[in-house]
Amino acid sequence: MINIFEAKETNQMIENENLDVRTITLGISLLDCIDSNLDKLNQKIYDKITTTARNLVQTGKDIEAEYGIPIVNKRISVTPIALIGGAACKTPEDFATIAVTLDRAAKEVGVNFLGGYSALVSKGMTKADELLIRSIPIALAKTDFVCSSINVGSTKTGINMDAVKLMGEIVRSTAEATKDNQCMGCAKLVIFCNAPDDNPFMAGAFHGVTESDAIINVGVSGPGVVKYALSKVRGENFEVLCETIKKTAFKITRVGQLVAQEASRRMGVPFGIIDLSLAPTPAIGDSVADILEEIGLESVGAPGTTAALALLNDQVKKGGVMASSYVGGLSGAFIPVSEDQGMINAVNRGALTIEKLEAMTCVCSVGLDMIAIPGDTRSTTISGIIADEMAIGMINQKTTAVRLIPAIGKKEGDVLEFGGLLGSAPIMPVNKYSCDAFINRTGRIPAPVHSFKN
Amino acid sequence: MKKTIITVTGKDTVGIIARVCNYLAENNVNIEDISQTILQGFFHMMMITDASRSEKNTAELAEELKNIGEEIGVKIHCQREDIFDMMHRI
Repeated sequence: MINIFEAKETNQMIENENLDVRTITLGISLLDCIDSNLDKLNQKIYDKITTTARNLVQTGKDIEAEYGIPIVNKRISVTPIALIGGAACKTPEDFATIAVTLDRAAKEVGVNFLGGYSALVSKGMTKADELLIRSIPIALAKTDFVCSSINVGSTKTGINMDAVKLMGEIVRSTAEATKDNQCMGCAKLVIFCNAPDDNPFMAGAFHGVTESDAIINVGVSGPGVVKYALSKVRGENFEVLCETIKKTAFKITRVGQLVAQEASRRMGVPFGIIDLSLAPTPAIGDSVADILEEIGLESVGAPGTTAALALLNDQVKKGGVMASSYVGGLSGAFIPVSEDQGMINAVNRGALTIEKLEAMTCVCSVGLDMIAIPGDTRSTTISGIIADEMAIGMINQKTTAVRLIPAIGKKEGDVLEFGGLLGSAPIMPVNKYSCDAFINRTGRIPAPVHSFKN
Repeated sequence: MKKTIITVTGKDTVGIIARVCNYLAENNVNIEDISQTILQGFFHMMMITDASRSEKNTAELAEELKNIGEEIGVKIHCQREDIFDMMHRI
């Protein structure tokens, strides 16, 4: 039977250390909505989402109330829309009508984000893929809750450099299209290498075609809990440090597993995976940067940062896999800049640069995330940054992503204020030298030799 | 039957247990075990209860107990047992 100290520990994690379940994400397949008539297609999509997800928010609230654990977000992911809209959409504007429908459905069921305005173009682009990509600036400007992700590379296929070039332009035009709203469109747009089919976290969630009709994926969190646990073992050796992270990750993940099972049972939808990511928020004490500093760095960005992050990421996984029957998604520490007060502080004190963040992405999920760059950054430079990050993912057989926000009309030293979970982003300097000639080559980078495993 | 765990934390004062027990009796919740201690100067109590015969569900009990806690200046949580079991037992 549970004793008073164990009950106290759990409740202290929830109350004082920001333990929460970050998201219950309901994946919905839209493959059965495909229609060559655009109006019919939109109607079918709206009906399927609002029917399948009608109980999602209430189920989340019920579980929250009965177990006393906050469930911060309830979200939806859908099949990549480039596949769904291909038969009906002849122009980018046609695709944008689907984005509006998704936004309407998201608002109707009460979720705060819906992901899957996506295209998977790691080797080549179909006409529909390209139309969807070209519609992103209007789609994200016209909607509030729709998130878009484009997979432009994988270890098996190499990197589609035509798509990388196009995405550089699209990121810029999305920022331009939403410049009166802190360039918010770009906070809802991710470019991936090796994108997972079952990621519950936004903005990169989509419901892969390998998935069943509907599925529940859960993202746990708890940087604050890990930080607190580590504060009790200051000065101890690495063995003790790693053991402490593993035990804490185990406890956090068990809560996620419970919530996932309950949500799955109550909604009658199969359980997919638990995503073991440590996901920070701008709240004080809910920071991955704080953990790295607790491990022994004066500031994130100092020498030793990459090693500390590698250790953290690995121990979280080792503790987490024991606690859940299925682990998937991104599963690693997130290092977004704007969503983590410790990262923001490190940038402001000049300790953290884009180059160091890039090195950190080699050892954790997900990538260059929520980084504001000067508004005059050229689209080819953005493509160059994307290409670098995709190469890291391709060669290391891991997921990497880029979510950059060109701050139109602003320069280094200014700040973009998104508010809420997205936080605020100090604008970081970008290397001024050009990569135009590299990006303007056409075609793709071949898959690496270690992908030929057959 | 799964148990419901009620925890009370806060500054020690007269009548905390009486108030909580009265509420539980009124709502047909059976108390199976009580433990209490003073930790770092704060009063901690945990009750293991069976709420299966109560007309109210866990969420309603939790909400009303929380309000009672606010009245007497302590924090009261009412949660299903599973969350603690999952976290502390393999």
